[in-house]
Amino acid sequence: MKKDKFALILGANSDIARALAYLMAQKGWNLYLASRRLDPLNRLAQDLHLRYGCIAQALYFDALDYKSHGSFYKGLQPKPEGVVVAFGYLGPLKKPPKDFAEAEKIVQINFLGAVSILEIVAKDLEKRKKGFIIGLSSVAGDRGRASNYIYGSSKAAFSTYLQGLRQRLFKSGIQVLTVKPGFVVTKMTRDLDLPKHLVTQPEKVAQDIYRALKAGKDVLYTPFYWRFIMGAIKALPEGLFKRLKL
Amino acid sequence: MKEKEIAGWGRYPKIKAKIYEIGEREEIPALLKHISQGIPWGLGRSYGDSALAQEIILTKGLKHFLAFDPQTGLLRAEAGVSLREIIQVFLPQGWFPPVVPGTQFVTLGGAVAADIHGKNHHHHGCFSEFVEEILLFIPENGILRVSRQENPELFYATCGGMGLTGLILEVSLRLTRVPSAFIRQTSIFLAGLEEILTAFEEHQQALYTVAWVDCSSTNPLGRGILLIGEHAQEAPLKIRLQKPRAVPFVPPVSLVNSWSIRIFNWLYTKQASRKPRLDLVPLEKFFFPLDKWAHWHRLYGPRGFLQYQFVVPKDQGLYALREIAQQIKKSGLSSSLAVLKLFGPENKNFLSFPMEGYTLALDFPYTEGLFRLLDRLDQIILECGGRFYLAKDARLKASVFEKGYPYLERFRKLRKSLGLDKKIQSLQSRRLAL
Ligand SMILES: Cc1cc2nc3c(=O)[nH]c(=O)nc-3n(C[C@H](O)[C@H](O)[C@H](O)COP(=O)(O)OP(=O)(O)OC[C@H]3O[C@@H](n4cnc5c(N)ncnc54)[C@H](O)[C@@H]3O)c2cc1C
Ligand SMILES: NC(=O)c1ccc[n+]([C@@H]2O[C@H](COP(=O)([O-])OP(=O)(O)OC[C@H]3O[C@@H](n4cnc5c(N)ncnc54)[C@H](OP(=O)(O)O)[C@@H]3O)[C@@H](O)[C@H]2O)c1
Repeated sequence: MKKDKFALILGANSDIARALAYLMAQKGWNLYLASRRLDPLNRLAQDLHLRYGCIAQALYFDALDYKSHGSFYKGLQPKPEGVVVAFGYLGPLKKPPKDFAEAEKIVQINFLGAVSILEIVAKDLEKRKKGFIIGLSSVAGDRGRASNYIYGSSKAAFSTYLQGLRQRLFKSGIQVLTVKPGFVVTKMTRDLDLPKHLVTQPEKVAQDIYRALKAGKDVLYTPFYWRFIMGAIKALPEGLFKRLKL
Repeated sequence: MKEKEIAGWGRYPKIKAKIYEIGEREEIPALLKHISQGIPWGLGRSYGDSALAQEIILTKGLKHFLAFDPQTGLLRAEAGVSLREIIQVFLPQGWFPPVVPGTQFVTLGGAVAADIHGKNHHHHGCFSEFVEEILLFIPENGILRVSRQENPELFYATCGGMGLTGLILEVSLRLTRVPSAFIRQTSIFLAGLEEILTAFEEHQQALYTVAWVDCSSTNPLGRGILLIGEHAQEAPLKIRLQKPRAVPFVPPVSLVNSWSIRIFNWLYTKQASRKPRLDLVPLEKFFFPLDKWAHWHRLYGPRGFLQYQFVVPKDQGLYALREIAQQIKKSGLSSSLAVLKLFGPENKNFLSFPMEGYTLALDFPYTEGLFRLLDRLDQIILECGGRFYLAKDARLKASVFEKGYPYLERFRKLRKSLGLDKKIQSLQSRRLAL
């Protein structure tokens, strides 16, 4: 095992992030696991260490606490070769957010929180001229829908942000991978009624992400068929789309 | 929560139940508040209705290894971790679970709850012998540390307590050092029950012993193969564990008995010389021969099967086994090959099954008339001073079960005093008033 090969996973208590952590540990990565709830994070870190012999460190990180991001990243020694932004917040579904505070939180976590930490990360990777950034966006950002448009637009903003970041970091040889999962069975979606034949396990998503990383991809739809589903949905004329219940 | 048809390993009985999945430990208090009459479920390898209830709590989210001390072999892990995973991770480092059942697909929680025994019971006792501490969640009390020193009463009730003392969250287990991933196996071919029991006595000093017995063979009654195992010293530690192959469907009728007996007879006649045979076999093959086939229980057909396991004191062994074989023959029902093992002294746990003597486990496909036969067998076992294994049971009567377990009343009292008797119940605990 290369002693110095570290990746940083932000929002590591996410079920997709956990699945990715297992895969990366198996492939020889050491991991910084950062999230808010330290108890489950410590269990994850111990488990990864005992199963795969990697170094796995649990760290407190709150995407909303922008001020802390600088010192958080500074504290990582050695610096990670790559960073995964997995944290995300769906908010209550079906009905529009009750008050602005809820909407604000969705945008702050999914967009501003990600921007805040990634700007710091990008500066460092740019200097070191290597590495990768993986951002977990969503197919929900591809087109706004009545049922979750605040979440959707926060993810759209995040996707667009990653697009620009990709262009900026390309010269420095840094890969920026935008991941757009479809419906994944996680605690985020546990209480939703998802279409049975369209749901995916986090392990499958993790595998797709890792493969896309190795293949140097820019944008990943996972599972692959979401590229076509979203292609079709995006192609619908707005005049028709606004009448649909999707 | 999902509503689903579900059954234990024997696929009898099948019930409709509400299935709740624990995602992570933090969710447990809220989940248990919600439950009105439920029971934990590990990997569903108990045969009957031990893990069945109106509400079933899946423990598979409790899946983390938490600590390991390579000096002492002490492992702390969450209760949903399986022995398979322990073997996968720690066998290459020279460690193995101290007691293993006939399948590695059981959870730590299930192993503690049934206080499982292995082929080395006559030397090392039950699983609980190697358990240093348990972390237990009791709805009214929260999380309790349970060991021989702390809350000892609860320790003796929880080991063997079939999930009825609360949800096991963590187990601290002492693993055993092993020199290799192989077993030196001797197979001895024996013509009848008496010879088999004598052979068990003769090979008492061997670490692992087990016999496969064909109870349907006559003249003399019950021929068998005694397998003796010791850890092989000079063999590699690292091996690839096999991936189980699936039995892909449920055949319309049970295929097991005729098959297993046929394979057995083929093996037996192949070795007609009856010279003991020596092999070097992977641990997995020695301990878990059936794990090669995932869902092998499907071979018993849609109606499922029952396993019947009892233990009788040594001096009653030959008599009991003969009577049982004769009763089965008389009934005209078929049973599969039976597994015979030797037990050492019993432990202090309230409901642990093993006691000094011989234990026999038989599979019967579910058919009309089976319960009548089993009722008769129950009486023979009781007469001999024996008792029955909860992890295999789906049909015992309370009056029969009780006779084998002198501490049952203490177990009941403890459950009541902890407010567990209503909330935590299985079909089995209701049937047997546990
Ligand atoms: C092929 C085969 C061979 C076997 N051989 C043997 C053998 O040689 N020796 C032996 O002793 N047994 C043997 N068994 C039985 C098996 O070891 C036990 O039934 C064991 O309890 C199964 O573990 P499980 O994780 O599947 O638990 P389940 O079957 O899911 O549950 C069994 C009991 O444990 C309780 N339980 C499970 N998890 C928890 C938890 N976290 N907290 C509290 N309670 C819990 C359940 O409520 C239930 O009462 C065998 C079974 C099979 C299928
Ligand atoms: N599940 C899906 O169907 C789906 C589909 C498309 C896209 N996605 C996206 O994929 C990512 C992972 O999703 P998931 O389903 O695996 O999520 P999840 O299991 O619901 O986990 C989300 C995690 O985000 C973390 N988080 C929330 N707010 C945070 C904050 N302020 N600071 C730090 N961490 C915070 C939480 O960590 P703590 O537990 O430590 O608080 C939580 O565990 C998300 O960005 C999600 O939007 C998911």
